[in-house]
Amino acid sequence: MTPSLALNLALALLLLGMAGWAVLVRSTQAAMIGFMVYGLLLTLVWTRLDGLDVALTEAAIGGGLTGFLLLGAAVRLRGVKCGVTTQAPSLATRILAALAASSVTLLLALAVLTLPSPAPSLAPAVAENLAMTQVGNPITAVLLAFRALDTLLETLVLVLAMLGIWSLADDHHWGGRPGFAIAHDASGILLYAVRILVPIGVVIGGYIFWIGADNPGGKFQGATLLAAMWLLLVLAGLRDAPTVSSQTLRLWIVLGPLVFIGVGLLGSWLAGSFLGYPQGYAKLMIVAVELALLPSLTLILGLLIMGTPKREIGR
Amino acid sequence: MSLLLNLWTILAVSLGVFFFFAGTLGLLRFPDTFTRLHALTKADNLGLGLVVLGLLPQMHSFHAMLKLLLIWLLVLFSGTIVSQMLAQAARSGELDS
Repeated sequence: MTPSLALNLALALLLLGMAGWAVLVRSTQAAMIGFMVYGLLLTLVWTRLDGLDVALTEAAIGGGLTGFLLLGAAVRLRGVKCGVTTQAPSLATRILAALAASSVTLLLALAVLTLPSPAPSLAPAVAENLAMTQVGNPITAVLLAFRALDTLLETLVLVLAMLGIWSLADDHHWGGRPGFAIAHDASGILLYAVRILVPIGVVIGGYIFWIGADNPGGKFQGATLLAAMWLLLVLAGLRDAPTVSSQTLRLWIVLGPLVFIGVGLLGSWLAGSFLGYPQGYAKLMIVAVELALLPSLTLILGLLIMGTPKREIGR
Repeated sequence: MSLLLNLWTILAVSLGVFFFFAGTLGLLRFPDTFTRLHALTKADNLGLGLVVLGLLPQMHSFHAMLKLLLIWLLVLFSGTIVSQMLAQAARSGELDS
């Protein structure tokens, strides 16, 4: 057994073990922490597969941000009495559930096994046309040129998710500030850390965003880091969470998607198709879209974590 | 020369892995939050430090070396802060055991 095979096997086993733990463990909080560790392991797997872009996204969003959101949900659910009876379901129900679950697994396995080999791939076509986009990183080219519509819809989904969280607010807190807790920091150690860490984090976030054109990185990963720095500022009490009814805030949030749609419409006028880029201007337009999306995504991701408005306007 | 550098890498990384192992053992076996934190920060400080020092000669550019060192310093910094805050929370009784 070669060392690299041994490492791959160990990673695969750990990944399966962690997934099992996250599903089977009784405590919701332990399950969520298991999920975050699972995300970090998955990052290592993507690194082994040379998918550095995916690895970065998994670490930032899959493990980090999603894990944090789920952990928040778990904490919120703690102590909530559920209306479901705690009696164990009958044998027939359990057998039916097991049958249903295993047939889904079976179907998935069948679907994977019957895939044609070699799998149909658009990779050669992307590699051939990469030069047209003037972007060095093929992932960025796919996300913002060949499959730009997916990325646009993804951004809109995030805006919708944020609106969903806002709409959970009580009537008299509607439009107020999120109730993101300020940390109890008696000795000022967090304040000290935030003052040193945030400038470094902002530079690294900007760097990851900027190298996205030619190297692994990009707006999503950069925005997650920037949002994390913003959250640190709020957590340490240096900045308050924003009032969600603020027009300036809302303008910045929709700026990214609006510029994206605008560029798309410009494409249908100049290049003949929605989100098409005119010859020679692809890189310029991709950079414009990325630049406009960065602040919007940072705000949206930060606000997703900050949660539902819990304080009235002006407080 | 490259043999010597490779030997250095193997030695330092192995030593680093040993500290990670010891730290994990401490995390699992020590009786309370404070001693567990103590074990954990050893893994960050010495374990990661030795791994980074061991990998330095394997890097092809000065730029990459700087990035590795920066990662170590950042982990050191955040580890220090987090363990301080956890210890404070444990002292004021916000954590159960």
